[in-house]
Amino acid sequence: MSKFGKKEKAEMPELNTSSLPDLIFSILFFFMIVTSMREVELKVEFKIPQGTELEKLERKSLVSNIYIGKPTRDYRAKLGVSSRIQLNDKFADVSHIREYIQDEREGLAERDKPFMKVSIKADVNTQMGILTDVKMELRKAWALAIVYSSTQR
Amino acid sequence: MGKRKVPGINASSTADISFILLIFFLVTTSMDTDRGLQVRLPQPPDETQLQDPPKIRKRNSLVVNVNMNNEILITQGEKVPYVIPVTELRALAKEFIANPDNRPDYPEKHAEKLPDPFGVQMVTSKHVISLQTDRATNYDTYFQVENELYGAYNELRDELARKTFGRPFDECNEDQQFACRMFYKTMISEAEPRTYNQ
Repeated sequence: MSKFGKKEKAEMPELNTSSLPDLIFSILFFFMIVTSMREVELKVEFKIPQGTELEKLERKSLVSNIYIGKPTRDYRAKLGVSSRIQLNDKFADVSHIREYIQDEREGLAERDKPFMKVSIKADVNTQMGILTDVKMELRKAWALAIVYSSTQR
Repeated sequence: MGKRKVPGINASSTADISFILLIFFLVTTSMDTDRGLQVRLPQPPDETQLQDPPKIRKRNSLVVNVNMNNEILITQGEKVPYVIPVTELRALAKEFIANPDNRPDYPEKHAEKLPDPFGVQMVTSKHVISLQTDRATNYDTYFQVENELYGAYNELRDELARKTFGRPFDECNEDQQFACRMFYKTMISEAEPRTYNQ
């Protein structure tokens, strides 16, 4: 009776959480450093091709993106299903590319301008016609370093 | 003046605040690294170039033509054009670029001064691989062809680096990589778009 009787209720020691904010802050800083802001909302759908001879793009700030693909479902009623070009946040025409490249180039520091790259993110089912037009415009805008974005096979 | 005791600030909500910041960053960022096939486009065409295209000897040229049905047609030298699958393109391109047996129907070799470890070497720097597509060609097919062509150059450079420096191309220093690049210069030309069968 005495041995197994009710003892005084053992108090649970309180968990010390004073280091929790530091912990979370270090995770936060980790994420802030390794990631970059998602720059645009995608209005076209694309599945990029798979390749083997790929190189990594080191500095994202030097890369301008051109998206080519079918409009997403929200825009299909208005625009149909033929391939479209997206620059920044909006749909664009081939003739807008030169202006876009100039704007992007202006945004770079003087010493970074020669290293500017254009990443083409195009859907595998795109026809080459639209791509040759884009490439021609890029040549005229002297944006000669391009990258066909793709995944490793 | 007597020392007044400052009450401690309750910091228990700092964790919540930083959690919210963390979640914000998690949502707005993307971790994926961008990869891709890096290509250098030619300079914008000027009038004189269009009127007078550079003359290339037949043995030096390999024309890869991808038509609207995504078939690959090879025209090389005086040979009759023939169709090959994309899987065979890399081997063919390697053979063509390096011309290891010094065949008379493959690119001519001539002496050229190269960066240091090589000195004067016989190279096929006059060869041109011309890639032509139709406006209706599929982008994926074009990409695979381009991938194989660049793969051919990369493999040749890798073999050369292993033979000369005893290590793969990726592990060579910048000078060595540059030397290998000069040995097998990338000579892929993309012709102005054309439309067939329309």
